[in-house]
Amino acid sequence: MIAKPLTKNIDMTRPPLEISSYETSDGYQSIRNIAKGLTPADVLQQTKDSGLKGRGGAGFPTGLKWSFVPQGEDSEKQKYFVVNADEMEPGTFKDRLLMEGDPHLLIEGIIIGAFAIQADTAYIFLRGEYKTAERALKKAISEAYDKGYLGKDILGTGFNLDIIVHTSAGRYICGEETALLNALEGKRANPRSKPPFPQVSGLWGKPTIVNNVETVCNLPGIFTYGIDWYQSLTQGKDHGTKLFGISGKVKNPGCWELPLGITIRELLEEYGGGMRDGLELRGFLPGGGSTDFMLPEHLDTNLYYDDIAKAGSRLATGTMILLDNETCPVGMIGNLMRFFSHESCGFCTPCRDGLPWVVAIFDEFCKGQGTRKDLQILHEHVEYMGPGRTFCALAPGATAPLGSGLKYFAEDFEKLIKE
Amino acid sequence: MSENLIASSASKARTLSDAEVQEIEHEMELYPDKQAVGLEALKIVQKHQGWVSDESMQAISKFLEIPISDLESVATFFNLVYRQPVGENVILFCNSVSCWVMGCESIRSHINERLGVDFGETSEDGKFTFLPVPCLGDCDKAPVMMVGDDLHRNLTDGKIDEIISNYRSKKESMD
Repeated sequence: MIAKPLTKNIDMTRPPLEISSYETSDGYQSIRNIAKGLTPADVLQQTKDSGLKGRGGAGFPTGLKWSFVPQGEDSEKQKYFVVNADEMEPGTFKDRLLMEGDPHLLIEGIIIGAFAIQADTAYIFLRGEYKTAERALKKAISEAYDKGYLGKDILGTGFNLDIIVHTSAGRYICGEETALLNALEGKRANPRSKPPFPQVSGLWGKPTIVNNVETVCNLPGIFTYGIDWYQSLTQGKDHGTKLFGISGKVKNPGCWELPLGITIRELLEEYGGGMRDGLELRGFLPGGGSTDFMLPEHLDTNLYYDDIAKAGSRLATGTMILLDNETCPVGMIGNLMRFFSHESCGFCTPCRDGLPWVVAIFDEFCKGQGTRKDLQILHEHVEYMGPGRTFCALAPGATAPLGSGLKYFAEDFEKLIKE
Repeated sequence: MSENLIASSASKARTLSDAEVQEIEHEMELYPDKQAVGLEALKIVQKHQGWVSDESMQAISKFLEIPISDLESVATFFNLVYRQPVGENVILFCNSVSCWVMGCESIRSHINERLGVDFGETSEDGKFTFLPVPCLGDCDKAPVMMVGDDLHRNLTDGKIDEIISNYRSKKESMD
């Protein structure tokens, strides 16, 4: 029984598997299974039934997302499948591992997703800095063409697919799916107004699905080993494995594939090796830079989407960043605010003007020159830049560590107020 | 005066090299319209020229029939497109949260001392340009940075000294 479908072929001490070895390890079996007679509607239904949720941050059910793509005789013929490989969320380092370690898994998943929505063209939107991933993906794609898994009439199904690697040139906002589409069209990467959603009108106005790398990498397992196997990977609520990462001052920082639902304590202590000697955990961001802080009292929370939400945060990317007792929480949050301020696309006012103001206040606090009025302004910005007040999720993402940090580390802010 | 400026800058378009044209034409096969190739063309020209000059902007604009203002709005948006000359090696220094927790600010000061440059500057010998970059996605090995296409992990002051001297001698041995 396969317990680690995402990383079973990954060994970073050697190059990724070439296609023949990959095939020996059940590689492309899912495509052969589908070619035996599954329809796109079957693939969509089974993806829904598997319970797979998006691994890019929002945790939206993947099958449901696909179902919004108009199908049928009178629907738009040209559709696109796009992989969001623009990994840039602070503290997130999971998609790099998947693409550098086992590029064929992503390609196999793309074929499944593109078949389900009947897209004949897929773009991998890869961040420009991921040079090793670019080389690995291009090599694997060329091998897949040679073996007939890509190109015309794949395995006699009549389905055609081309995959194109698009390397980007920076900017965090490109990870927002509508900004990504603008960037792919060669435009400035400002987010688009929704609706229309990309599923209906996306890339060049055509129906488009944008899925995260890790989400797509879940698909081959589901269509090779089946839904029962997939759902047996975890104990309950959410299904499948997830890449969990830890950065910060633990003994053994890293990234591991584990079943959803294990406790944070298990992740931190058994895999991360616990805090470095002499240090204590003060708090952590559970799923990247735009999630709310959690505290040591939350360590027994299970890593399920709902459970993390109940504890006031988001599972999001599953890569946690730790705050230890010798690191200043105000400085750490200030660093995040500088990041979000720098990466704002500048399109809408709360984000463009709010974030630099917040950064200026953090600069004063870090010099011990904060005032009560400043503190009040920070609190107000949690609301001004929060969900519903901005054009996209960038500034609301910034308010997650800001709002929770102001609440949990109030004493640290107090100490930096000049009396 | 402004008319003269426009006229003089319009006449400054350089001729794209055969290699540049060939690579841009290859990209044109992958996208349904020319605008989508704009960013690719900027990157191709930068790969060959080191950066994207006004003359190169004009050349790409003409070649792809993209208005110069549209192309400029893309060129100035993306942080990996350089509209100013850069040194032989570009240091992309991660200063996002995991690297910050792991002490990247002191590494930044060390680079600053060693090369005499801070973010946005090029060393006097023209060897290094020092730029910040969003999270490089290698956070379990923080602090990290890239020099050119190469990633360097678990940075310490000692490692920085080694990296700098390696890049300096690499270039000299090639000469």
